[in-house]
Amino acid sequence: MTNKDAPPRWDRKMQQRLARGEAAALGELYDRFASLVHGLAHRVLGDDRAADGVTREVFAHVWENPEAYDPKQGPLRSWVATLTHRLAVQRLRATETAALAHDGSGSTEELERKVRRASVAARADYIVTSMPAPLRAALELAYFQRRDYRQTSADLGVTEDEARRRLRLGLQLLSTAHDTGRSGGAE
Amino acid sequence: MTGTEAHDSYGEKPDPEDHNAQVGPQRDTPPPENGPGGPSGPEPPHPNAPRTPDEPPRIPMPRTSVEDTGLPLPEPPPAPLFLEHRVLKSLLGAWALAACSPEETAAVEDHLGTCGACADEALRLRDAVGLLHPPESLDLDPTLRTRVLESCLDRRPPRIPVPEWATPYDAETARLDALLQDIGDAEWHAPVRLRWFEGDEQTSRRTTVAGVIAHLLTVDGLVALTLGLDDPLEAPAETPTPAARTEAFWTTSHFPPTRSVRAPWREQAHNLVRTVAFAGGGSGRLPVSYGAFELPLRDSMLDRAFETWVHAGDIAEAVDYPYEPPSPRHLHAMIDLGARMLPTALAARRQAGLATPGQTRHLVPAGTPGRSLRLEIEGLGGGEWLIPLDSPGALPSPDHEVAHIALDGVEFCQLAAGHVPPEEAAAGQLGDREAIRDVLFAAASLSRM
Repeated sequence: MTNKDAPPRWDRKMQQRLARGEAAALGELYDRFASLVHGLAHRVLGDDRAADGVTREVFAHVWENPEAYDPKQGPLRSWVATLTHRLAVQRLRATETAALAHDGSGSTEELERKVRRASVAARADYIVTSMPAPLRAALELAYFQRRDYRQTSADLGVTEDEARRRLRLGLQLLSTAHDTGRSGGAE
Repeated sequence: MTGTEAHDSYGEKPDPEDHNAQVGPQRDTPPPENGPGGPSGPEPPHPNAPRTPDEPPRIPMPRTSVEDTGLPLPEPPPAPLFLEHRVLKSLLGAWALAACSPEETAAVEDHLGTCGACADEALRLRDAVGLLHPPESLDLDPTLRTRVLESCLDRRPPRIPVPEWATPYDAETARLDALLQDIGDAEWHAPVRLRWFEGDEQTSRRTTVAGVIAHLLTVDGLVALTLGLDDPLEAPAETPTPAARTEAFWTTSHFPPTRSVRAPWREQAHNLVRTVAFAGGGSGRLPVSYGAFELPLRDSMLDRAFETWVHAGDIAEAVDYPYEPPSPRHLHAMIDLGARMLPTALAARRQAGLATPGQTRHLVPAGTPGRSLRLEIEGLGGGEWLIPLDSPGALPSPDHEVAHIALDGVEFCQLAAGHVPPEEAAAGQLGDREAIRDVLFAAASLSRM
């Protein structure tokens, strides 16, 4: 709810409080980001327990290394998302490699494809949740509710021009999920 | 993502069917593939161009244009639309989502055959459509929070810990907030009936989900006041009791509470936890005034945790969501608070003539053993408590045990919340019936608005 409008000041203060060793700050950090972290981890790993494990690792990492976050590099939210992404993909690769070594089914190429697909899917999720709300609303109407762009414009109370613009821009943002190496080496 | 298992190549075009029940003509015509440099020539678009050579051919093979088959055309094509390049470009997002009219679709697709830049973008946007997923409705396991926080704090001990007695409040407010996160706008106005005991009567007050959060906000505000934080109540209530403060909040706001109370309630809860952490464990003895009585801060925070859980249960019932009891450790602390408050509640009822006078006919001097009731709480978070019956100052004593009741922990809490009438509290009972009745009624009298 408050996530989208969090001022950078919140990020800086949070980092200071974590660095100071305030347990209450850790609780607030969890309350703000747990569903993001767990959701992304679940998208990569497709498994609740594994996502729980990644959630634990992510918060432990932030709690133990609050200085690793540099507010000048961007919002805490995207830093946490990138960290989650990296740890989840790491875990997926480890699990799949172990499975490959164990029963020898599949190939390393398949493994890499699977990892890449999961990684793109998670990045796309993150892009959707963090894109401006008007773009997300337009995509939701056109895609999930199958409204055409004229109906979408009427539903949103904007011009048809604006509805087309939002759909196009929303998809343009989403398409950057394929760009690996973005967001600080998420893989 | 649906449909991906049929393909095994990352980056392949999303399967049109998976996001397109309202199949329009545009879906039968994949966008043309052009080299990065733009349209490469006059050949018809080839849908399988980006495939890597080592993959088996995909079925079906590129379809032949219906015009080349000699079969009758299904429908006369729509009258061609002539649109400016600017408009065609602006339609690409809608086109990729199959959200244009058939005429516009045809116009866009014609254009894609001749404009490399638009064709590239069209392909990219259509790939992006395949990345849209319905949001997974994942309920985060509410016990995960405590587990994650504990494992963090084990790895790096906090310099400013949250006092043990404040962690149930921290956990319960987080749990309630997660429930609120999931409910829709309309559900904030779902009717809720608050229930409690006054004298020996069950009393109730009608409000809404948002009204309950306003109630929690104003009563938690009593603790905020003690700690020097802002009072959420703008105009002071006639008396600083939980009920009067709540009524004051409800009547002074011009509109019925809406979901907008969530943010101030949540922020105050975070501030309370943060402030007691800074104040340290020693602050647990600070008196918090409830108007008619006081509780030390450490008990007050437990009381607020208890109320948060109870009212979260009221809300969950109103919006038909499941809601679990607190973790056993926190539940135990709440039961312990209730058990410790029972002797005073008994004495108050006795003074009001609601309970039978002590059988010894004289007050047991403080600090000496008196008649006791064994309260056995079963289930997770349970335990045994000896309740002195004759006066709050008397020492409980197993040698003077006159009665024994056994009930489930959640049941005991429901009784203390005024949700279960004392006559119906499913309790195993043994011994002095009067004493048992008095204790059960005293437990119900702990409830308030």
